[in-house]
Amino acid sequence: MTGFQVVVLWSDILVWLLVASGIGLGVLVARSPPLLAAWRRVGASRTGMASATVLFAFIAVGLLDSLHYRVALDGKPGQKVQYGVEVLSVLDALAAPLRTRNEKTYSEPFATRLYAKETMDVPGAGAVRDYPRLKHGGKHLGEREDEVAADAGFTALRGAALAFAVWLGLAGIAAALAGGGTAAVDGPGWQRIWRGDAGFAWDAVLLTLLLMLLIAVPLFWLSGQYHVFGTDKVGQDVLYQVLKSVRTALIIGLVTTLVMLPVAVLLGIVAGYFRGWVDDVIQYLYTVLNSIPGVLLIAAAVLMMQVVIDTHPQWFSTAAERADLRLLALCLILGVTSWTGLCRLLRGETLKLRELEYIQAAQAFGVSSWRIILRHILPNVMHIVIIALVMDFSGLVLAEAVLSYVGIGVDPTMTSFGTMINNARMELGREPVVWWSLAAAFSAMFILVLAANLFADAVRDAFDPRAA
Amino acid sequence: MLAYIVRRLLYAIPILIGVNLITFALFFVVNTPDDMARMQLGVKRVTPEAIEKWKAERGYDKPLFVNPAVSGLSTVTDTIFFQKSARMFAGDFGRAEDGRDIAREIGLRMGPSLAIALPTFLLGLFVTVTFALTLAFFRATAFDFWGVVLCVAMMSISGLFYIIGGQFLIAKMFRLVPISGFGDGLDAWRFLVLPVAIGVISGVGASTRWYRTIFLEEVGKDYVRTARAKGLPETLVFFRHVLKNALIPILTGVVVVIPLLFMGSLLTESFFGIPGLGSYTIDAINAQDFSVVRSMVFIGSVLYIVGLILTDISYTVVDPRIRFE
Repeated sequence: MTGFQVVVLWSDILVWLLVASGIGLGVLVARSPPLLAAWRRVGASRTGMASATVLFAFIAVGLLDSLHYRVALDGKPGQKVQYGVEVLSVLDALAAPLRTRNEKTYSEPFATRLYAKETMDVPGAGAVRDYPRLKHGGKHLGEREDEVAADAGFTALRGAALAFAVWLGLAGIAAALAGGGTAAVDGPGWQRIWRGDAGFAWDAVLLTLLLMLLIAVPLFWLSGQYHVFGTDKVGQDVLYQVLKSVRTALIIGLVTTLVMLPVAVLLGIVAGYFRGWVDDVIQYLYTVLNSIPGVLLIAAAVLMMQVVIDTHPQWFSTAAERADLRLLALCLILGVTSWTGLCRLLRGETLKLRELEYIQAAQAFGVSSWRIILRHILPNVMHIVIIALVMDFSGLVLAEAVLSYVGIGVDPTMTSFGTMINNARMELGREPVVWWSLAAAFSAMFILVLAANLFADAVRDAFDPRAA
Repeated sequence: MLAYIVRRLLYAIPILIGVNLITFALFFVVNTPDDMARMQLGVKRVTPEAIEKWKAERGYDKPLFVNPAVSGLSTVTDTIFFQKSARMFAGDFGRAEDGRDIAREIGLRMGPSLAIALPTFLLGLFVTVTFALTLAFFRATAFDFWGVVLCVAMMSISGLFYIIGGQFLIAKMFRLVPISGFGDGLDAWRFLVLPVAIGVISGVGASTRWYRTIFLEEVGKDYVRTARAKGLPETLVFFRHVLKNALIPILTGVVVVIPLLFMGSLLTESFFGIPGLGSYTIDAINAQDFSVVRSMVFIGSVLYIVGLILTDISYTVVDPRIRFE
């Protein structure tokens, strides 16, 4: 039994802090009837719930990838235990076959041979130029290389059958849950779900779940025997890279908002509530920051951050820590450039709110300004904050890819959709074309962003008082 | 009106000073010139003499704000802040790492940037407004629904995909246009077709959805109902009344980006090898050429502020009800 040392990266802390604040928000929502009603409307929206299911799957992958540890190296007994330099996560442990079974270079999805010809020594025939056999992809087939389609199809079918069985179990639980509630219509839970009047879009959730299971389970099964999405230039499994990219995308999309939220909310409300010179100063501040084109400000800030990181190598004990800090710095920089929009919205809303009777009544009673802001204004601008939070997410995920392409994104050693695309961009020029890494990165990003966009729409429809 | 414009221009000055101070702080206070020198010369095995020489060549060896070594006005002017930051107000951007004058380079590269950005902007505006108007005209039908679905899908696709995919399909597979490059004069159109088309398509999703909501908001207003009540056919209602009124928020909304067109597009230009300001910036970022990036930040901010002023003016021009006092 090898020991391990738990490693807590800064971004892990923030990720779990986000989870904690998400749970805290849930408790708050459950206590406040208007918020609960709004979230019920989100729950009743079919597209909203279908996209939320997809997002949950992505978040689960990201969370698994946020528990880090270092494996103890085998040393002599009695010696002080040394730990490996490589920082691994629970996801790495679960996907160990994907992580370790590297090939030499490119290979197509489901291939059994490499992409390029090589000169090999064949006993009896001398030097032969041929496509070498893969070390891991389709190894169990042995000599029967032409049976890949049949073998993969059969495995996929078995996986699909298992997925369906699992789904039936989950659907049963959902039916029991839907039957337990107090809905307007009578009848057993599954009937209500089927008719779509359970009050919660169970039908959409279950359908999405079925679809995801039907894809994920066979994929998981097949990935143990083949490189389902192929391998990249250094022979790493593309599916593994896609899974690792999810955490980076989620951190960029969520932590950035978390970083900028307090500043934007505080300054926006304060500017709108106190007006006068406070308003002038805050307005000046965000106009100045807004005037600098976003990409250029990010570029300048990232360049400067790079210099700081490169001139202080003693700060970081592992490469993962350095990449992690760089990711957080990027979040911070993105936050600095993106808080102005929300701040302006909140300022405008607060200007309107402070003239309303209930605020003026509170002022007449002698309630202190900060208490009014906390008790009366903040809850009434919350819908703007929530809408901004979900609307920003997809934009940030897309921005990460562009920034990494430009060279001002995450650390090159950190797997992200941007670095995947950046590494693969010259591959379309090869002959034959290497399309699989690009296709995998773009499709995964498309699914994530599409789900986020649809969820954001559902949230906006439910929370925006003008839409109702 | 004139007084208003003058006041807006005066208001822009403190903002520009703020931008200048921020970029200065970012480039010289976060990192000392020594750090930059070490970065450029390689982090390890750098002699202090080499760093001093690098700094002296580029004028980074002066104090930041006040130079006590010289007398008179020079105590303020012979500093990094004045030489590198304050002189940008006069259009003096200094030299790039390769020794070329940045201001001259910017002048040369503005043309190709505009050649891409302007057609993309105009064509994009035309296409999205037309599409949004069609969707609003057939509102609450299957066509509208699937149109919106298409828009959401299109805005969920990374901009990189449009460029890489378009380049691969049109230029490599079908060999219709050259993959990248730029030509002089009228011959340039062959190089421009693809980037412009890709630029237009990648912007369709988000803008169309946005304009559609503006049209729908306008359709719900009282004057539209009056027009229908008069017996005006729906097409006339749309083209004579709704389009005109909805164009006010749309046009005033896009005015702010017009000056920024000079800056070009970072991605498009670098992918298509167009010698504009966008690729200039990218090259500078990759080469860690701080003076070029600094200059581009400043120019971008100036253009944005010009855009803001133009927006305010366009409001008063388009909508006579708005008067700024």
